[in-house]
Amino acid sequence: MIAVIDCGGANLRSVSYALEYLNIKYQICINKEQIKNSNGIIIPGVGAAKNVMNNLKKYDFINTIKEYKKPVLGICVGMQIFYEFSEEENEKCLGLIPGKIKKFSNNNLTIPHMGWNKVIFNDDSFDECNGYYYFANSYYADVNKYTFGKCTYGSTFSAFVRKDNFFGVQFHPEKSSKNGSKFLMQFLKQL
Amino acid sequence: MLTKRIIPCLDVKNGKVVKGVQFKNHRIIGDPIKLAAKYSEENADELVFYDIYSSVESKSVSLSWINEIAQNINIPFCVAGGIKNIKKAKEVLYMGADKVSINTPAVENPKLISELAKTFGSQCVVIGIDSYFDQTNYIVHAKTGSTKSRYEIGKNTLDWVREVQDRGAGEIVLNCMNRDGIKEGYDIDQLAMIREVCKVPLIASGGAGKKEHFKKVFENSNVDGALAASVFHDNKISISELKSYLIDQKIEVRK
Repeated sequence: MIAVIDCGGANLRSVSYALEYLNIKYQICINKEQIKNSNGIIIPGVGAAKNVMNNLKKYDFINTIKEYKKPVLGICVGMQIFYEFSEEENEKCLGLIPGKIKKFSNNNLTIPHMGWNKVIFNDDSFDECNGYYYFANSYYADVNKYTFGKCTYGSTFSAFVRKDNFFGVQFHPEKSSKNGSKFLMQFLKQL
Repeated sequence: MLTKRIIPCLDVKNGKVVKGVQFKNHRIIGDPIKLAAKYSEENADELVFYDIYSSVESKSVSLSWINEIAQNINIPFCVAGGIKNIKKAKEVLYMGADKVSINTPAVENPKLISELAKTFGSQCVVIGIDSYFDQTNYIVHAKTGSTKSRYEIGKNTLDWVREVQDRGAGEIVLNCMNRDGIKEGYDIDQLAMIREVCKVPLIASGGAGKKEHFKKVFENSNVDGALAASVFHDNKISISELKSYLIDQKIEVRK
């Protein structure tokens, strides 16, 4: 059973439907016991890092997630909170991955970065997943040693990060058609 | 590189996709779920559903069709029509829509834009603008659903674009009214002018009649996406063919 964390974001339902489509059992979790019984966690995020962090605090999930040893997938803002800090409303995040989340600042770019962009993976388990994914973000993480999938918008940024059991994607696999399903299936194989 | 988006727009009334002229004589042309699945299969990049009934009648109608769409397609979609407050926007987004698009309610209550952006994030907030060229100026109109209700809001389009993005709009759909339904191509001059000041994604609407029109609007006005309705519904252009054509023309789209 996958624990889908209720982060208060509007994509909770889309993520649930994507799992149903793949015939994956899941539960939307609002208490720690539910998480302890799960095989993996998905943290869907839409909106701001502060919203997601506030929800995790509200349910007292912070330490449960940090100490969790099975695979965790953070989506969009759900990925951004893995970092130490987000410039969006200056929010302190989980600090699982070094670095901070920054705003796109190139004046020649339209922001949000919205639409389909190409992701190139550099990870044995996800090499088959190269292709277009749907993004809707104004903030991003620079490439660092935990980056295993890159995307370019003005400059190159982290589309897929991975450290220990924590996996994060800046794109929305639940909205990325066939590629999104393929990516989610690859993640579920890690369970 | 971020690809150019092709966006079919479907008019929905009481949960059915309809087609009519000037909001009259609506003919049911299909089931929104089936049409959405068809366009998604053809690699449409996202869909816009325009809830006509909610918009014109200002009544609250069942939104269960939105939920059904969300269950059946896994590409992003936007719902427009009748979203006048945070409560309604929340209902629509929690039914599974990715974005809400507001037009007249933004004109009547511009604060709604910032409230929506603050509550849900700018990426959820699309502003539709109906712009009319009176041979001198580009003027914003509201309540364009019928000729009787339609009125000029007293702002030119450039100023309104600047204002809505300052208030937190995450995307702008510019409907060029002079081109609407004429199928002679998008209004390149106007879109290029708006592009100069528009720092958020800009979607062209109004005038698509053939594949070349899409090429021209992407090449000459640098919009992020192009929206069209009847050319897709009438099977004049298939999205798969359109995308193959655009790739041949060296325009990056998702295939």
